[in-house]
Amino acid sequence: MPKVGVIAVGQSAFVRAYPGSIRELAFEAFKDALGGSGIKTEQIDASVICSAPEYDKQRTPAGLVAEYLGLNPQPTFYVESVCSSSSSGLRTAYALIASGLHDVVMVLGFQKMSEISSAESQERMGRGADIQWEAPFGTMMPAYYAMYARGHFEKFGTTEEDLGLIRLKSSTYGVVNEKAVFRKSLTLDKIMEPKYIATPLKMMDCCANADGSSCVILASEQKAKELCEKPVWIRGLGMATAPINMAGRDTFSGLKCAQLAARRAYDMAGLGPKDIDVAEVHDCFTIAEMMAYEDLGFAEPGKGKELIRNKETYKEGRIPVNVDGGLLSKGHPIGATGGSQIRTIVLQLRGAAGPMQVPNAKIGLVHNIGGVGIYGNVSIFSVD
Amino acid sequence: MGFEQFGIVSFTSTTKAEKFVDLLKEGKVCGTACKSCGAKFFPPRSDCNACLSDEMEWFDVPGVGDLITFTQAMYAPAGFENDVPYILGVAQFDDGVKVFGRLDKSLKEENIKPGMKMKLKVVDLDNDRLSYVLTQA
Repeated sequence: MPKVGVIAVGQSAFVRAYPGSIRELAFEAFKDALGGSGIKTEQIDASVICSAPEYDKQRTPAGLVAEYLGLNPQPTFYVESVCSSSSSGLRTAYALIASGLHDVVMVLGFQKMSEISSAESQERMGRGADIQWEAPFGTMMPAYYAMYARGHFEKFGTTEEDLGLIRLKSSTYGVVNEKAVFRKSLTLDKIMEPKYIATPLKMMDCCANADGSSCVILASEQKAKELCEKPVWIRGLGMATAPINMAGRDTFSGLKCAQLAARRAYDMAGLGPKDIDVAEVHDCFTIAEMMAYEDLGFAEPGKGKELIRNKETYKEGRIPVNVDGGLLSKGHPIGATGGSQIRTIVLQLRGAAGPMQVPNAKIGLVHNIGGVGIYGNVSIFSVD
Repeated sequence: MGFEQFGIVSFTSTTKAEKFVDLLKEGKVCGTACKSCGAKFFPPRSDCNACLSDEMEWFDVPGVGDLITFTQAMYAPAGFENDVPYILGVAQFDDGVKVFGRLDKSLKEENIKPGMKMKLKVVDLDNDRLSYVLTQA
């Protein structure tokens, strides 16, 4: 398989309400990626634009974004897998390059969620589940993940406080991430306040909606070496899916799509969980990070709670996870999230992660989930 | 009126599976079984993804199942605000049939536990709508 490298990454600040339009929001990440990279717009052969369309008034945003970024007349199109859209974009861009069709491809993810109310947003998110058979009951993302939390508690004896410890870790790093929407320091007492959203998940178990954009530029091996001093190579890409309907799920203590995606990514990379130096996982809810520890093989099923209790997923621990604050602190602008996770890992592997830097990180992993475990994307990156 | 009568708020008006609503009116909660290969589906499907047949028959979801997981929603999406709090859950019935839905309003969260025996009950809603709930067997 030909080598494909990441040659530039960028991200807007993630904010509650971006004071501009979607094209301007997209431009922020693009500018951040190109700035100082030496890469010129005309060197980008094609673009893949990613978002969840239900938030956009603009129809077919790929055309709009490509124009605003100066990427006409190059090919552009739209890729969507809700919260994992930009990881699916990465997969698409990889294929475009590995096939020899293009040399340099940009993946730009964005989401401006602030144009609709929180209840409307929950209703749209709920429609990311089965609208014929589930949404008529009043479904929303916290309730779905809450059912997984209950399943995990029941099977493994995990507690609400274990989930609270995950949020505590997140806030430790959110404080130092200047691109994060939630930068307040939290105490476990504050996290454990019984403000339930969907039992057993409380306010602080949930990430916040945000506006934001991310940009990842990929290149063929030759182009990557020409255009970038420190390319970061894609080593493994795993993707898997599971039934959208809860009635089709065979377990409520882990995400099958993530387990299968991880296996495929590890197989492609010829690596295993013990080889990973730093990971970004999809912590839209604290329980999602707990399940990710186990689904990715960082802990045996049911032992994820030991990882967080022993602080093994802190920066100084055995397997640092979400040391940029994760979705819980950064916020979760749907289409931009995967690209933001990839950016963090690329910065880590380049030794450019500032106060969040994990010493000597050589191999990194991104776990990005779409919907409640409908789409699982796991991507592995390394410096050589 | 057809399938849009199903549930508190409907997002689907037309489906080949709309007989589901007629059966609810008869007090039955039914899935579909493929006449060709016997595969059973809940929620009902109109097409068999195992053998590609579109010849289906309806079957009653078997009597008593086990609650697998549940949550009490304290907030609701637009259109459901007046219902909070409400409990959602998944139960496992015989023949591999799983059912997602609301739990009966009479059940208090503190009395609900995974493993609890559940059965299905048809409920009439306002404005000539209807649905089903999981209730204690």
